[in-house]
Amino acid sequence: MKILVCIKQVPDSNKVEVDPVTGVLKRNGAASKMNPYDLYAIETALWMKEKAGGSVDVISMGPPQAMQVIKEAFSMGADRGTLLSDRRFGGADVLATSYTLAQGIKAMGEYDLILCGKQTTDGDTAQVGPEISEWLDLPSVSNVVRIRKLEEDGITVDMDLPDEVEVAKVKFPCLLAVEKDIFQPRLPSYVKKSETKDREIQVLTLDDMKDKDEMNYGLNGSPTQVQKIFPPETNDKKEVWDESGEVLAKKLFNKIEELKFV
Amino acid sequence: EYMEDVKKNEINKDEWKGIAVYADHVDGTIHPVTFELIGKAKEMSAVTGQEVYVLFMGKDIREKSEELLHYGADKVFVYDKEELARFKIEPYTAVFEAFIKKVKPSSILVGATTVGRQLAPRVAARMKTGLTADCTILEMNENTDLSQIRPAFGGNIMAHIKTPNHRPQIATVRYKIMNAPVRSESKSGEIVVCDIKKEKLSCYVDVIDILPKEKETFIENSDVLVVAGRGVKKEEDLRLLRELAELLGGQVACTRPMVESGWLDAKYQVGLSGRTVRPKLIITCGVSGAIQFVAGMDHSDTIFAINNDPKAPIFKSAHYCLIGDLYEILPKLIARIKEKEGVEAWDIRK
Ligand SMILES: Cc1cc2nc3c(=O)[nH]c(=O)nc-3n(C[C@H](O)[C@H](O)[C@H](O)COP(=O)(O)OP(=O)(O)OC[C@H]3O[C@@H](n4cnc5c(N)ncnc54)[C@H](O)[C@@H]3O)c2cc1C
Ligand SMILES: Cc1cc2nc3c(=O)[nH]c(=O)nc-3n(C[C@H](O)[C@H](O)[C@H](O)COP(=O)(O)OP(=O)(O)OC[C@H]3O[C@@H](n4cnc5c(N)ncnc54)[C@H](O)[C@@H]3O)c2cc1C
Repeated sequence: MKILVCIKQVPDSNKVEVDPVTGVLKRNGAASKMNPYDLYAIETALWMKEKAGGSVDVISMGPPQAMQVIKEAFSMGADRGTLLSDRRFGGADVLATSYTLAQGIKAMGEYDLILCGKQTTDGDTAQVGPEISEWLDLPSVSNVVRIRKLEEDGITVDMDLPDEVEVAKVKFPCLLAVEKDIFQPRLPSYVKKSETKDREIQVLTLDDMKDKDEMNYGLNGSPTQVQKIFPPETNDKKEVWDESGEVLAKKLFNKIEELKFV
Repeated sequence: EYMEDVKKNEINKDEWKGIAVYADHVDGTIHPVTFELIGKAKEMSAVTGQEVYVLFMGKDIREKSEELLHYGADKVFVYDKEELARFKIEPYTAVFEAFIKKVKPSSILVGATTVGRQLAPRVAARMKTGLTADCTILEMNENTDLSQIRPAFGGNIMAHIKTPNHRPQIATVRYKIMNAPVRSESKSGEIVVCDIKKEKLSCYVDVIDILPKEKETFIENSDVLVVAGRGVKKEEDLRLLRELAELLGGQVACTRPMVESGWLDAKYQVGLSGRTVRPKLIITCGVSGAIQFVAGMDHSDTIFAINNDPKAPIFKSAHYCLIGDLYEILPKLIARIKEKEGVEAWDIRK
């Protein structure tokens, strides 16, 4: 079974600030890490490989430093890694990101199964997985909380819905976006890390893609435009009560009563 | 710098008119986010004088579609087909595509439900257009561009996003972000029954079984929440909060450390990695107000925060900041409520 996992490098902390003058994101330093939700996708892939054999590849789109997350995937047990990196990919929204990833996947070969995380901790849209599946014309299921059965021709999974769980069989090839906690991700292994430290990472640029039209990538290929970023509003209509417990309880009661909750 | 000379494809915005809302439902039971979005669409359509449409697809839903006319939609497009009984990504996308090509709506709003979050991106990619996730503020401009404001980085920043050169412009919105409109007794608008060829509805996903989850009341559906944070020192002290919640007809919710310590189940967690709630009344008890927590509750109508640290960040979001000890305030508050309701004062030693 050939499995591909999509992984993204994200800032280590999401305590970002906006420069009040320029309105530009201040990313505190360059510290970054693997998107935590993608660890669950990698673990799912490794679990399947242990059950059914085959290989686990990873793909990431990002600047050269994103090699770091591919190396981390190697030290968990992934076999091969590809980085899509090109200045012309910069500034991509979900449409352009998923298109670039789909083009990269086509350039890499055929996969039975593509796995994505639930969402990222930076852009936080949870849209990339379903959009990749559209570009590749694959069936997809999101919110996968459990794998029930792996067969020659497909996979049976549980999709988590608010009031029920839907058990569905999806034919290969397909794409799944897995929930957090589907499996407990293993820690990177020191042995694997040293074994794989010289393992080559394939780097693909726009010139390696089948579609070489620059207008379909990066900022050019992004229909959404970020006009402005700003810190969330804090509330200024407020009352501060700094009194004894007795008085606070009384004031709280009066207010709740006024609002008709008692 | 290559980014500076971006060429943009020109589209004719006049060919795209109106705001469409996707009717989210399971077995014909319409998810309330749908009504919220129709309300929002009505409000925005006043700016451009264009119509509000609803797309409703499923099986045996013709009658149920009437309900949507009580919320002010101008046209409800109904696709009623055997193959659409359950949400399946491929046929649902096919219907959505057919609808867009037929109606050419300028904007589309989709509830960020489990279904909406899979369907909207698939549709956006098919139409090669932009999709803005989890918008908290939407405004219509006279030129039909939609201003979409959404949190990112776990709510630490807000982004103002536009889709100026593509149509339709699509946005998802979570439940309880927009105001629920009042259901009008009378109906307005019309139902348009649509057809789609059977061969468009094939798919590679087979629903094998549907397992019920334990019926439970979700904290999202509670009008009143009493939230436990780490200021609650012992597990047994949660009963104070439970009692207050019960008296107010609400539920107890909590911060992440409460879940991590095993005191409460993850389904009661509010926040970025928990649930987004928008109750009418929320009382946080011993919650510091980390941004990941606040992101899940700062749209609540009235926020009371009890914390003994005057510098606690929760006071930035609260409407009423009670600087004090929850162990002093809660028993006294509970006693007062009981007194009013004619119940004997609760004895803390019980
Ligand atoms: C403040 C802000 C707001 C934004 N809002 C929007 C918006 O509303 N709409 C929009 O179109 N774009 C938006 N973007 C841009 C968007 O974040 C990027 O396009 C990003 O590349 C992909 O989206 P995501 O991070 O949300 O990924 P998600 O869709 O949350 O990621 C889901 C999964 O897809 C895979 N994946 C995602 N990115 C990659 C990657 N680079 N390489 C490999 N696998 C990947 C991973 O498996 C991941 O778990 C926003 C960006 C910022 C900074
Ligand atoms: C990626 C990520 C996602 C996260 N997601 C979530 C999430 O979804 N939900 C969430 O809650 N957290 C989340 N967190 C954790 C979050 O950052 C905080 O650690 C957490 O919210 C703190 O919980 P707390 O307020 O209960 O505890 P603390 O921060 O320890 O605060 C306890 C507060 O109680 C006050 N206090 C103590 N004694 C009393 C008393 N007797 N009376 C009154 N006040 C008292 C203290 O002054 C203090 O302010 C996330 C973190 C990360 C990194």
